[in-house]
Amino acid sequence: MNYRIILYTLGWVLNIEALAMCLPLVCALIYGESEVCTFLISIAVCLVFGLPFTVRQPKNKSMYAREGFTSVALSWIVMSIFGALPFVISGSIPNFIDALFETVSGFTTTGASILTDIEILPKSIIFWRSFTHWIGGMGVLVFIVAVLPLCGGSNMYLIKAESPGPSVSKLVPKVKSTAKLLYGIYILLTAVQIILLLLGDMNVFEALTLSFGTAGTGGFGILNSSIGSYSAYVQIVITVFMILFGIDFSVYYLILIRNFKAAFRSDEVKGYLGIILSAIILITINCFSRFDGLAEAIRHVSFTVGSIITTTGYSTVDFDKWPEFSRAILVGLMFIGACAGSTGGGMKVSRIIILLKSIVKEIKIAAHPRSTHKLTMNGRVIEHETVRGVNVYFVSYFVIYALSVLIVSMNNFDFTTNFTAVAATINNIGPGLNLVGPTGNFSFFSPVSKLVFIMDMLIGRLEIFPMLVLFSRYTWKR
Amino acid sequence: MKIIIVGLGKVGVKLTDRLSQENEYDITVVDLSNKAVQKVTNDFDVMGVVGSGASIEILKEAGIQDADILIAVTGSDELNLLTCLVAKKSGNCQTIARVRKPEYSKEINMLKDDLGLAMVINPELTAASEMARVLRFPSAIDIDTFAKGRVEILKFKLDEGSVLHDLRISEMGRKLQCDVLVCGVEREDKVFIPGGDFVLKQGDFVSIIAAPHNGSAFFEKIGIKTNRVKNTMIVGGGDTAFYLAYQLLQKGIDVKIIEQKQERCEELCQLLPKATVIHGDGTDNKLLLEEGIECAESFVALTNIDEENILLSLFAKSKSKGKLITKINRIAYDEVINNLNLDTTIYPKNITTEYILRFVRAMNNSLDSNVETLHYILDGKAEALEFKIGDNSPVSGVPIEKLNIKKNILVACIIRNGKIIIPRGKDIIEKGDNVIIVTATTGFNDVSDILE
Repeated sequence: MNYRIILYTLGWVLNIEALAMCLPLVCALIYGESEVCTFLISIAVCLVFGLPFTVRQPKNKSMYAREGFTSVALSWIVMSIFGALPFVISGSIPNFIDALFETVSGFTTTGASILTDIEILPKSIIFWRSFTHWIGGMGVLVFIVAVLPLCGGSNMYLIKAESPGPSVSKLVPKVKSTAKLLYGIYILLTAVQIILLLLGDMNVFEALTLSFGTAGTGGFGILNSSIGSYSAYVQIVITVFMILFGIDFSVYYLILIRNFKAAFRSDEVKGYLGIILSAIILITINCFSRFDGLAEAIRHVSFTVGSIITTTGYSTVDFDKWPEFSRAILVGLMFIGACAGSTGGGMKVSRIIILLKSIVKEIKIAAHPRSTHKLTMNGRVIEHETVRGVNVYFVSYFVIYALSVLIVSMNNFDFTTNFTAVAATINNIGPGLNLVGPTGNFSFFSPVSKLVFIMDMLIGRLEIFPMLVLFSRYTWKR
Repeated sequence: MKIIIVGLGKVGVKLTDRLSQENEYDITVVDLSNKAVQKVTNDFDVMGVVGSGASIEILKEAGIQDADILIAVTGSDELNLLTCLVAKKSGNCQTIARVRKPEYSKEINMLKDDLGLAMVINPELTAASEMARVLRFPSAIDIDTFAKGRVEILKFKLDEGSVLHDLRISEMGRKLQCDVLVCGVEREDKVFIPGGDFVLKQGDFVSIIAAPHNGSAFFEKIGIKTNRVKNTMIVGGGDTAFYLAYQLLQKGIDVKIIEQKQERCEELCQLLPKATVIHGDGTDNKLLLEEGIECAESFVALTNIDEENILLSLFAKSKSKGKLITKINRIAYDEVINNLNLDTTIYPKNITTEYILRFVRAMNNSLDSNVETLHYILDGKAEALEFKIGDNSPVSGVPIEKLNIKKNILVACIIRNGKIIIPRGKDIIEKGDNVIIVTATTGFNDVSDILE
């Protein structure tokens, strides 16, 4: 295993993190906060650890699947540990595990918080919190591949490990160009949202932080009431953009190159939008009486549905108080997640589609054992390996889920809390139900449970196997 | 530049390897086999499409509308030709097809013109031509020609007791009075592009560049025999053997072919009336001895099995002092094979790749110069490129010693109006010249790339 290239990658991750911290530093300078020192120290620490490894390019640049997976997993762990420094140093979140939880929640775009009161924090800290969502949304390694001259086709392993979805493919032949395109589309959409929010009478700070949270489908709000106190216009803009960021970015690329036929052929996007529409209709009917009129009902329901399915986690109302049927639908949406190739979390609509199609295929084969069937999606045959991967993913997911619920239940909270807390973290959503609902937080869990949640958030964002690969002896054997 | 490669067999994969290394091309590969496409997209920075290259839909998905070159190297000649035809109709690109069946080789020019192909490759024919060239000059391990045959790079081994041993290159010209230039030396596993101070040692593989008659004169001076072989024993009667035998017979060299299949023997008998065709198993040592391997002046192993070819050549080496040529199709253990000292080994897939690469590089040229010929020398670790110097070339008009040339590059030869000039420092490159550059760095498309 090529340790040098892994360390080199980790070094660059830290350097980029230091660079990213410059933005909250500027924010601290603008608002005249004492956190300027905090960020300067944090930047210095990152560079102290990052620069020595990146001074020279390693001679052996070969990176195979093993190195790719371990690089991604280690990068995210290291990035989170160093990213927690500003919180600890400034005293905003003095307990390191809490700070780590918040940072991991930021980078994995979960949005679950251990803070009981967000508004007392300094603005630059709130900015850093939201910015971690933006970085983690598209991924730091995708950024590195786009920007740095790491050579070779083996960089595909890095992107494959970090990007979500059952099978990751390129947009254009070169990996570097693909990464650049992805980031380009990402930046463009974020910018459009920022402009639209500014037009809605928001100040720059709010527009930036909320757009970061939407783009990464993260969900860290800057007010304790999440998005509840903003105007209807703002809520509608955020709803639309949450849903947009949950769509596969390759569809945007196809639209950019004017291949509209292929863009609209995506079964996954059709399924995704269909699920959203049905959920909105069902919940609106169920909750109608709680709102002042149809317009308001649709606004809040679509916001919530959009927020949960894209695993953003913003809220405008306390959906924990909704009737059981609606709550059940929301929990279902938590598991489904957004489209593959987007910044959303969850199991991804394409996996759900593949699983459902597998069920239909099994039924057909049970009735007619000698018949041959092949699964297709988007007009293309799905290879057996992909289907197998999805099945194993599904099983691993639930094993990890069950173990997590088991450990967390030792804190003796009610089952719905435990169940939805794990759902909220492993699917990178943020809020769950009951004690961890939109008006709650994660502060009351024991440190052990918080560590479980941290692992779940990373496992969810990196889609299980990069993290598990890290813990397997087989990986490290020469 | 956008390239589509259809067919991921040996040549397809090797092409993808070399082209993707040069970083300048956007490559998409097409193959019927999902596994092949997966493997190649995992190993190299290219995009893959699974499907038949002859289908318009698949080609569209691979981006035929924007493609500059389409290279069809599947196992089937007909599929290759069809793919190129479809590609020409759906897009606006240059097409290259591999067509290997001997039946088509006669009509190849008509096919090329009618189907609008930019290049047709027949790997067996080119391999055979290369072998024929080597047999003309048996002491050389490798011969590459430039400037339409007017300049050659010859590789030979410095044997024990050679007059060149411990000789400095700058002294060589004075001592031997020959108009040749040493353009590359391989010692152990390293490759050197030598300056004047370099000292030659025995056991080195030395590559020199010279006009053909000067090359022969040089070899005579250092005591290496330069006679053409008078007869050849070929084991294996496939297409390559046919092409080789044909060319050798035309030059008056006696040919004996040993082939296993009765039918093929009869075919060869008809196609090559002047050759001696033996029906037998070439791996049978007794048969080889009976047929006179000990007095054969050259031995060519052309069976379809690489390992057999190697063993046959080793056997021939132990029995005769003749020139050995071995064809290696598949295995990639070049260095190991070189250590066996089998004289010349020919890798048809490398030859095909070289031809195609030459074309791609030439297409990717910039204004004033272009690559006319390209050969991989020194075991693929260096390249010899022939450029034509056009107007406004940055290398013209300045004495060579004053040009700011990058390290490990040699201006090996200037061809001016048909005359060969082995350049010294004071020589000046002029417009209209053809210049041969030897370099250890790949990827030069224009002669100005040699400057800092």
